[in-house]
Amino acid sequence: MTNILNRTEAPASKQIEHISLIRPDKTTFANGCSLYTFNSGDQELVRIEWIFNNLRFDPAKPLLNTAVNTMLTDGTKTLTAAEIADKIDFYGAFLSVEYGHEQSQVTLYSLTKHLDKTLPVVKDILVNSIFPQKELDIYIRNQQQKLQVGLQKNDVVARRTFNKALYGDSIYGLTPDIETYNSVKREDLLAHYQQMYQPSNCTLIIAGKVEQTAIDQLTNIFGNDWSNQSKAADTSQPVIHNATEHFYFIEKPDALQSAIRMGLPFINRQHPDFPAVQVLNTVLGGYFGSRLMNNIREDKGYTYGIGSGVVSYRQGGALFIATEVGAEVCKAATVEIEKEINLLKTELVPEEELSLVRNYMMGSLLGSLENVFSHADKFKNLYFSGMDYDYYDRYTNIIKNVTANDLLKLANEYLKFDKFYKVIVGKY
Amino acid sequence: MVKFNRFTLDNGLRVIVHEDNTTPMAVLNILYDVGSRDESPEQTGFAHLFEHLMFGGSVNVPNYDSPLQQVGGENNAFTSNDITNYYITLPSANLETAFWLESDRMLSLAFSEKSLEVQRNVVIEEFKQRYLNQPYGDVWLRLRPMVFKKHPYRWDTIGKTIEHIADAKIEDVKTFFKKHYNPQNAIMVVGGDVKLEQVKELAQKWFGPIPAGEKYHRNLPQEDEQHDERRETITAKVPVNDIYIALQMPGRREKEFYAIELMSDILSRGNSSRMYRSLVKDKQLFSEVHAYVFGSLDKGMFVLEGKPSEGVSVEEAEAALWAEVEQLTRQEVPADELTKVQNKTESTMIFSEMSLLDKAMNLAYYELLGDAELFNQETEKFLAVTPAEIKGEATKLFRKDNSSTLIYLAEQTND
Repeated sequence: MTNILNRTEAPASKQIEHISLIRPDKTTFANGCSLYTFNSGDQELVRIEWIFNNLRFDPAKPLLNTAVNTMLTDGTKTLTAAEIADKIDFYGAFLSVEYGHEQSQVTLYSLTKHLDKTLPVVKDILVNSIFPQKELDIYIRNQQQKLQVGLQKNDVVARRTFNKALYGDSIYGLTPDIETYNSVKREDLLAHYQQMYQPSNCTLIIAGKVEQTAIDQLTNIFGNDWSNQSKAADTSQPVIHNATEHFYFIEKPDALQSAIRMGLPFINRQHPDFPAVQVLNTVLGGYFGSRLMNNIREDKGYTYGIGSGVVSYRQGGALFIATEVGAEVCKAATVEIEKEINLLKTELVPEEELSLVRNYMMGSLLGSLENVFSHADKFKNLYFSGMDYDYYDRYTNIIKNVTANDLLKLANEYLKFDKFYKVIVGKY
Repeated sequence: MVKFNRFTLDNGLRVIVHEDNTTPMAVLNILYDVGSRDESPEQTGFAHLFEHLMFGGSVNVPNYDSPLQQVGGENNAFTSNDITNYYITLPSANLETAFWLESDRMLSLAFSEKSLEVQRNVVIEEFKQRYLNQPYGDVWLRLRPMVFKKHPYRWDTIGKTIEHIADAKIEDVKTFFKKHYNPQNAIMVVGGDVKLEQVKELAQKWFGPIPAGEKYHRNLPQEDEQHDERRETITAKVPVNDIYIALQMPGRREKEFYAIELMSDILSRGNSSRMYRSLVKDKQLFSEVHAYVFGSLDKGMFVLEGKPSEGVSVEEAEAALWAEVEQLTRQEVPADELTKVQNKTESTMIFSEMSLLDKAMNLAYYELLGDAELFNQETEKFLAVTPAEIKGEATKLFRKDNSSTLIYLAEQTND
């Protein structure tokens, strides 16, 4: 007798019991810069991040944080932009700058054996950048042209309008127009740079196969040999004011699709309900099998994709839903979105669906820890929210134990559709 | 260096196993040797539409996604002109679920009418979102038929027109499945926290019983060498002018490929590249400029692209692009500059070893190219390229009568 394979039944499976995170070693240099080290992996390479809190937002000079960060690789007292690029590229390294709403950073990916060549370049751009006028002119012109292209995209316009409504005149609501770029002045960049890019405002994170030589190099260059300016960085941010108008329709008569973006100010990671509302968000629109995807893509075929997300900032967060739908079904799609939100407030999430979402979220957390870099990323989430590793214990515990009743209650507390900001770009 | 083992089932399914015990996850990647080049010219976009239908339930499993999410897994897929690739990542303890799901849809689909109807709409919305409702979104719909006159690369994976997708019938879906989706036309890679013996057992159990099916013999019309300059200018609702120049180049398996790919790096990879430095920074003729290759299996495309700065005429900008590439045909690249792009390629290969999924996809793809081991030899081939080879390839490539130029002119508005 042979075994007949039963293909109709799923094989036995196991729950994920435990997630183990690599925690960093911490050293604080005398200049105030802290170094966090994640040592793991087989490849002879490292990722190093220099992370700085942005300076207080100035509505009169809104672009300083982003312009200074973007132009860090555009020239120092001794190296031109071209020479910086040459030196980094020659050693097969990758140097990038990244502007965020709260922090801006410089990232270096380098083979360990070339750190003695690549680290001094980073040091130079952090200490000796000069923001040449010629480079600034190029920056302004090219950013203006990029913006022109972006403004032709409905989803970009929807995101800008939404952010402006939710965050007003703040670093989170920053939506420059073409003219804004003309206000960027070199002397403002220099002043901003000197105050922001100093050791007491820097968190240094190294991840990869970290040998003692690398630590010694970092300690010498960025600990012993890097000093603070007289003026400390002011990294406080003004209080955010939401707009009173909640509905925005920007008509594009030729649109084949309309971009929809809606949502509302929300709790952030520090709030005790944050892990549970992430479960709620996942059910709603946080994964491929979510209710929004099932209804609006997989059942109705109105869109290529729809999703919801929760973002966490220091001052609070936001929940948003975003999609691009056929222009002729835009109204129908918004009706369905509202329907799905109401369902979460009136009916319990069935146990089968809740169990699937729990397992999906645990698998997704485990899968997000692909390599040592991802462990460092998890740390950054905690560190810049002012939290510690207990958060992930609590997070996994809540994912495993949150009940359908809890979710119903949370949906009623947090998903107030009449409080939603709604943006439509296209036809409605 | 990525280590792996290989075996083949009796039905022809090739299996590659890559053990990586640094992760608690497993990957199951299946590459089907079918892409949009295998479509009929009257039914383009079908390979990609079919990829969507692979998620619409199989013969014994009505829902593909839920059981996978239920065990903490995620999946996705993509279609190119050459291949269709499906992948799952999941906690390694639940590896068998991936075998169950993937083997059932290789055995047979559910061929649901409802799924076809919905996915036709979803793909049509994808067509609009990515190709029609974006500035410059239709560039490949326009440029491909200029570069290719005979070969099916003349249409994009999304298809020539929305009508081809709207007209797809369930009978066509069944025929396509029978022709392309069987063990002989697939390469499976299982990687991560897995053991060779375990994978052998699971592969035999779940995939072993699937009939071998018919072998698909590809016989595509090959593109003739180009000897005429091709050009099209369109006025469109785009914010700024844009220039695309596509040149025919050798396919992915040809030895020339390596010199040509490095040439694109010399021209536009990173801020130290020639075109960025000269055209964006020094002469300030462009706001952005790119050079890249399509690593397609048959004769493919080398593309130069740039948006001229305000006040720069298209003619001046186009001449400047040609001047840059013609430099490569006249003078050998200095050794240092070549070393630079070779070093970058080498470290990129090392960095890609940090990602389990990348490794799995690469092993499958190189096996399709002829041997998964080629993946490990790739760096050496790039390092062996000489300045003389680059000059030689540049001379063959950068001929006006090997070019297809597409110009977008921004429509003048009165506001």
